[in-house]
Parts: sequence; C-alpha cells; structure tokens
Amino acid sequence: MDSESALTPKKEWDLIIRPQRSWWDLRLGELWRYRDLIWLLVWRDFVAQYKQTVLGPLWYVIQPVATTVVFTVIFGNIAHLSTDGLPPFLFYMAGNTVWNYFSGCIMSTSNTFTGNAAIFGKVYFPRLSIPVANVFSNLISTGIRFVVFVAFLIYFMIANPNIRPTLWILSLPLLIVIMAGQGLGMGIIVSSLTTKYRDLQQLMGFGVQLLMYATPVIYPLSTAKGIWRWAILANPMTPVVEIFRLAFLGISSLPPMYLIYSIVFALIVMLLGVLIFNRVETTFMDTV
Amino acid sequence: MSDIVISVEKISKSYQLGVIGTGTFRGDITRWWTRLRGLPDPFAKIGETDYGNRDGETIWALKDVSFNVRQGETLGIIGRNGAGKSTVLKILSQVTAPTSGEVKVNGRIASLLEVGTGFHPELTGRENISLNGAILGMSREEIRRKLDEIVNFSGVEKFIDTPVKRYSSGMYVRLAFAVAAHLEPEILIVDEVLAVGDAEFQKKCLGKMNDVAHEGRTVIFVSHNMSSISVLCKNTLWIDQGSMKMLASTEEVVSSYLISGVTSDGLKEWPEGYSQPGVDEFKFYEVRVVDAEGRVATKLDVRKPFWIQMTYEIKRPLPHCRVGIRLYTELGVVVFEAFDADDPKYTGARQPGCYLLRCEIPGNFLNARRYILSAYAGIPNFKFLAGAESILALDIENTGAVGSQIANLVRDGVVRPQLRWSQDKVEYVASH
Repeated sequence: MDSESALTPKKEWDLIIRPQRSWWDLRLGELWRYRDLIWLLVWRDFVAQYKQTVLGPLWYVIQPVATTVVFTVIFGNIAHLSTDGLPPFLFYMAGNTVWNYFSGCIMSTSNTFTGNAAIFGKVYFPRLSIPVANVFSNLISTGIRFVVFVAFLIYFMIANPNIRPTLWILSLPLLIVIMAGQGLGMGIIVSSLTTKYRDLQQLMGFGVQLLMYATPVIYPLSTAKGIWRWAILANPMTPVVEIFRLAFLGISSLPPMYLIYSIVFALIVMLLGVLIFNRVETTFMDTV
Repeated sequence: MSDIVISVEKISKSYQLGVIGTGTFRGDITRWWTRLRGLPDPFAKIGETDYGNRDGETIWALKDVSFNVRQGETLGIIGRNGAGKSTVLKILSQVTAPTSGEVKVNGRIASLLEVGTGFHPELTGRENISLNGAILGMSREEIRRKLDEIVNFSGVEKFIDTPVKRYSSGMYVRLAFAVAAHLEPEILIVDEVLAVGDAEFQKKCLGKMNDVAHEGRTVIFVSHNMSSISVLCKNTLWIDQGSMKMLASTEEVVSSYLISGVTSDGLKEWPEGYSQPGVDEFKFYEVRVVDAEGRVATKLDVRKPFWIQMTYEIKRPLPHCRVGIRLYTELGVVVFEAFDADDPKYTGARQPGCYLLRCEIPGNFLNARRYILSAYAGIPNFKFLAGAESILALDIENTGAVGSQIANLVRDGVVRPQLRWSQDKVEYVASH
C-alpha cells in the first residue's frame, strides 16, 4: 500500500482530521461555505418562533412597548429617575432597543454547545454557524423593535421640537456591529466554558440582567457621579447605549471618542471567543 | 481505480472516567496557565502520565487503528459491543476529534445515522427538507434542484406543507431518510447498530447502501449482522477492545470473528469467580451440547437429534423472561433463532433459582457442516439480560445423511432437512 501511494502523484486531501487544530486554524473559509446553512438557521429561528401563535410577529412590537411602559411607570413616574430632560417613554425605549440586541445575542449564543449537543453529536458542520446565525436572528427582531422606536420617535418629534436626531445616526451600523461582536464574543466564551462548568449557565440569566443596571439603560450617564461614573464607563456597553441616544435623541454626556474603547473591547472579546470556541469544538462531545 | 479516499493513520481515542478537570475552576485555570508556560502540571501525581484528569481513569476506546479505504470499496466494521466501532465513525464524521493520529479524507462524507438531525417540529415538511439538507452539507442550490425528487421519494407529498410535529413517526422517518438518501456523498457511513426505525426502514437503509456501493461510491458499514456484512462488504475490519484485530477479506474475518472464543469441546462453563455472561439478576453458568447417548459431544450425527442444555441462575423473579439460542454458519448466516417461550407450555413468570433448560434439535435437519452457537436471555422489548455470543462450535458429521444412501455428496444449504416426498403416476394434460 505504501509503495502504491508513493507512485500515485501527490494529491491534496479534502479533509484532514487531527487531534487538535492549531490555535490559529480558525477555518473561517469553511464557515463561509456553509453560509446557506446560516441563512436557513436565521430563517428557522424567525419562522418557528411565532408559529401557532395568534399574534405572530406582532409580538416583536408588543414586547418592547410593554417593557417600555413598565419602565416608564416604575422608573419615571414612581422613582422619578432623571432622563436628561427627554420624554421618559422615548428615553427608555431607546435604551431598551439597543440593550435588547446585546442581551439577545449574548443569551442565545451562550448555550450554543449545551443547547445543540444532540445535533452536534451526530453531524459535523462548522459549529460557529449556530452562534453566528443567532446574532443575525436577533438582528431581525431588533430591526422590528427599531422600526417601532422610530415610529414613536417621529411622533414625539412632532410634539416636541427639542428632540432632534444628530449626524451620529450614521454610526448606527457601527453600533450594531460592536454589539454583535461583544455579544457573540462573550456568548461563545461562556458557551465554551459551560461544556465543563455548567454553573455559568445559571450565572448568565441574572448576570446579563445585572449588567443592564451597570449600563445607562434606565438612567443617563450624567446622573452617575464620581467613582460610579468610572465604574459605569468601564462597561464597554455604556458608550454604545449613550451614542445611540446621542444619535436619535440628541443628548448624551459622553464624549463620543469613548466608542473606540467599545470597538477595541469588541475586537478582543471576539477574537478570544473564536479562539476558545475553536479549541473546544473538536472535543466538547466527550465532556458535555 | 485504487485511489485511497480515506486514510486512517494510527488513530487513538481516550475518554476520561470519573471527574473531568481538576474539579475546580481555579485548579483548571492554574493548570492551564502553567501549561501555557510549558511547566509541568502542578496537579499531576508524580510518575503519572498527564492525561488531563487528576483522579479519573483514562480508558482507550481506540488504540492505534490504521486502515485505508479505496474508491468504490465497501468496508465492513465488526466487533463486540463497546469495541470502538462507533468511535471510529464518530471520528470519521468529525463529531469528535481523535486523541492522537490523523485521518485524511477525499470527498464528502455523509452518514445515515444522521437521519432527521435538526428537524424542527414547528416547521413544515418542505421547510425541514431545506434545513436538514443544509445541516447535512447541501447547498441551497442543490436542495432546490432535488426538492421535488425528495418529496416524491418520501411518499408524504400530501402532508409536505404540514408541520412535522403532526406527522406519524413513520412519516417522519421516511421524510428524514429521503433527505439523507439524496445527499449523494462520495463516502457513505452506515451504522446499523444505531439505525433507528422499523424493519422496513432498516431494509431501505441497506437497499440505499447497496445502490450507493454499486454506483462505485465508497461505503463504510458497521453492523452486528454477519450476514449483511458478508453480502455487502468485500473487506472487513474487526475491532476488538479498541485495537485492530484483523483486516482482511470479509469471509476470513467473519469466520475468525465467529469462532473467536468458541470452544469446540461441546461444553462452555463460567465457573464461580469468572465473569459469567449476564446481569445481576440473570447469569449463565454453563452451556453444553449433548448427543443422543447423553454424552457431551461436538461431533454430531446428522441423522440423530441432540440437545442443547443451558444452566442459568435467576436472582429475582423475572416476568416474561425468555432464554434462547441462535445458530450461525461459519460465515455468519443466521440459521435460526429459537426461544423457550416458543413452547406451548411456557408460562412466562420465572422464580429465583437455578435452572437447566434443554432444547432438542431434531435429527435430519441441519446440514453436515460447522455451526456456531450463541445463547441469549432477555425480556422482549424491555431488557436484554445475557448474551453468550459464539460460544460453541458444533460439527455435524456427514455419516448417513439424508440421501447419502444414493450418493454421499456434500449438499449446499444451511440446513439439510428430511422432507416428505410422494409420487403418483399421472397423465399430463396441458392446462390451457
């Protein structure tokens, strides 16, 4: 057999299965080849979620409006938190819209391995397709929420000429990419670690909720003073939420350059996430 | 064509038993950090090889397995339960990575054990075809091209726009199989051990595999069924306790596999202290072959009846328990299966105690050749109790066989029964 293989001209193998791939063998090209699968997974999430519901995709509208109403009543009317002079309803809705995208990404990507163990145990496809698809499916629901937000924004703008969007609106795609990067990166790190430490899954649920209170979602950054301001500024989501409000509502107390911090953080956490994920995916079936 | 499409080079796979990791997050982090710096593991016991676990044991599910599969070849893989067959498949289909070694593959691999993977109950049949196809590695273009064909093949056209959660399990499996069957992989992996579904579906799987093999594509087939292996595979790999025991032509491997562990002195016993086949509540102690004169024998007269006697012990009452035998030819063809429950006097319930079970094999029934005997016990559709696989070899001797008074020839066939014949003189009139 050896002599024969020496005779045949040296050819490239389609696939080489090795114990551990090197850290930097990320196989992103393979992910690209499976883009049809990613697209179908996004479509499945969207279609399957509201099948056999009466209101269907209308839930994408009801959820944010209901949450915003609750926030307005509790934090605005009862607790009287400052909203930088903006109408509380619009203020909370803006915060909710951005925050929901981030929390949606991190929550859905963080159970990639444990939630899909049944499929992963039977068939190979680039495991990263699942979290990447999650990030896109969340984008669809966020898109609908965003349209609702813009509708309310226009309504409030007619009533209140002080509310004026700024040119920072153009940074919206960048904000989305930053959130997707942070959500995906942190989510897949948690997902990779949960294959061994199941505790992290418990932590995720309320951890993300606590993180919301450390982000200026229900209060403006301007109300945080002294050491608290620094603590909140250390949160890489803070600039995203603040710049979003600056863009659409025209008010923020944060110098826009802080966004660079968020970008760098997103890049690092993404890279780290993909590296760890890539490391875990080859053998996680043995430990999960 | 003798191109090698799969080249497996010394793959091994170890699993950790017991606690995985050092047990604490801090411990794991510390170890990871020291390892990263190239220092020895602070948690390893002195003199112990570092397998990545502290107090668990490591078992090797596979050890240094190497083989090549050529274009168009059908390779069978056999072995007892837990021998590592499925691990080989898992590594080939990239579900898990080997601990060491390397596999090189040319062409797309698909396996029929993935049937229905990723089906979403809320989606319709048509939607699931697309999704499942994509998970199995088809492009959207490919799926669109084959969609009608898949729908036709599945036979569920009427319900193709109904969510699959409303399907009967049969329809579900048919649809799932239709997708898998249209994958057209260059290399197909079939694990019969894991194949789900009814007998008809399994037959369909085997049929599909046969087609694929005849189209000159490569098939790897894992099975417990020696006769399907013999029919479908030219070469067979025998894996035993994670290592390669034999890789040769199917005929050779199957017969060595079946007679491995076979004693040909007509008596197989598992004395106290040895591991008797069975679970806690049921154990075989002894299986013997007794001839018409009451002696333990292996050379049996083809004309005379003989008895298979099994001694076993039951520790707890076992309702509906049945004990039986299976007879194979040397090539792994099953001659028959028979159970004590076939007897009209069988009552089902069985109280604890030791039993001696006898089964009479009539004379003038088996052919003059070698047979391999296995003994089993179980509660049908509920629990497998004991399996003593391929334990005894029986040689049926040709002396005075049916028909030998005329011509003492070797006859074909797994059995050589004495049938009733009669003859009358008639006038032939064409019936039209």
